[in-house]
Amino acid sequence: MRVVVAKPGLDGHDRGAKVVSRALRDGGHDVIYTGLRKSPDEIVRIVSDEDAQVLGLSTLSGAHGSLIPIICNGLRESGLDDVIVFAGGIIPQRDRSSLFNSGVRAIFGPGTPTSSLLKFLDEAAARQSSGEPIGVGMDSGWHWP
Amino acid sequence: MNDITDAVDAALSGSRRELAKLLTSIENGAEPEFEKEAWTLGVTGPPGVGKSTLIGRLIETWVARGERVAVLAVDPSSPLSGGSLLADRIRMPQADSGDSVFVRSLASGKFPGGLIPQIGIMCKALSACGWTRVIIETVGSGQSEIRVVAFAERILLVDGPDRGDIIQAEKAGILEIADSIAINKSDLPGSENAAKAVQSSLDFGKGDSREVHLVSAMNNHGIEDLITEIEELEPNSRRANLRNRERLAVSWESLIFSNSEIESVLKKMGDGSLTVNDAIRHMVSSIDLGGTGDGRN
Repeated sequence: MRVVVAKPGLDGHDRGAKVVSRALRDGGHDVIYTGLRKSPDEIVRIVSDEDAQVLGLSTLSGAHGSLIPIICNGLRESGLDDVIVFAGGIIPQRDRSSLFNSGVRAIFGPGTPTSSLLKFLDEAAARQSSGEPIGVGMDSGWHWP
Repeated sequence: MNDITDAVDAALSGSRRELAKLLTSIENGAEPEFEKEAWTLGVTGPPGVGKSTLIGRLIETWVARGERVAVLAVDPSSPLSGGSLLADRIRMPQADSGDSVFVRSLASGKFPGGLIPQIGIMCKALSACGWTRVIIETVGSGQSEIRVVAFAERILLVDGPDRGDIIQAEKAGILEIADSIAINKSDLPGSENAAKAVQSSLDFGKGDSREVHLVSAMNNHGIEDLITEIEELEPNSRRANLRNRERLAVSWESLIFSNSEIESVLKKMGDGSLTVNDAIRHMVSSIDLGGTGDGRN
């Protein structure tokens, strides 16, 4: 799949994003890494121009609760309803259900084996190709795991 | 066929999103036709010399002059997994800045034997949609990547101080087909020596009037002069000939690697039942030129 890995907001830590990018590449995916400190508008534009099927958002600054829903909304407003969104970084359990409600389909924390990411993408791709509505703009009860 | 005609119409109507989708269709093998040639610049050079950063500066300068700039950034695919890590955007902060810039990352491994003919069609599609400057960026680390830039109408070779890589460029023939040559990182020691070495190599060629540009993409030095030269490039028949030679070679390679017989030919070569010469004869006789004889790039 074509995956954009993005770092929204102001945190400058991208070891995780780079490890994820590398793992996805080694899993046979085409990964476009945006680099640090992208605004929600920039991220939506990159996903659109690159015609990506998947967007991974890495944030460690605590701003996930405001940034991620803005990005998900931006994707919907730009007609990118079928993009599959996942998130990673420092995202406490108590914040997760609201992000799932925003359209995020998986949240990976520290210590996640990279094989889980690949399994998630495999399952997401299988569900999508069977017609299940798992894009960010679709109403889906499903999320990983 | 109607699908692709609709996709082209939707992209031509000015929708950026539709253009992005059209580029995907072309990447996957669609071959819509466009009348006009695109304004294209190929940028190549060894890894780490600052191609993306320099392209960022070109974007900045052109956009300030009212141009609309599109970049096709080509990165290699992993031969092991088939996946790719396309990270040229990191070095082009200007790429995400506005409506006058469009960057698309491409994985070279998707195209057997190179990016042919898809990248030529992508350039024309971008041009038809109002992108007045189309840049193709490739890492000049292998001959097939270097050859991709031969599909651009003008070629900029970028090198860094004292890397010794210019020898590689000469071996691959890229120095001969480059219209402009820039030594980046002019703020670092050794850059002047590198520029002189390349200049003296050029001066060996009779009637070669190309000047080496010493630039610093980081400090934004020398960029205006470089752009002025790129804009004013006169067609050079000798270099056009060399470029066509590379186009022919890479298209030929692409035909061979996309030939449906390739796997069985390789197998027969492996068990010794086919020599290389027999294999070539066999492949030539089975090459299907249907649909490729229409004069497109």
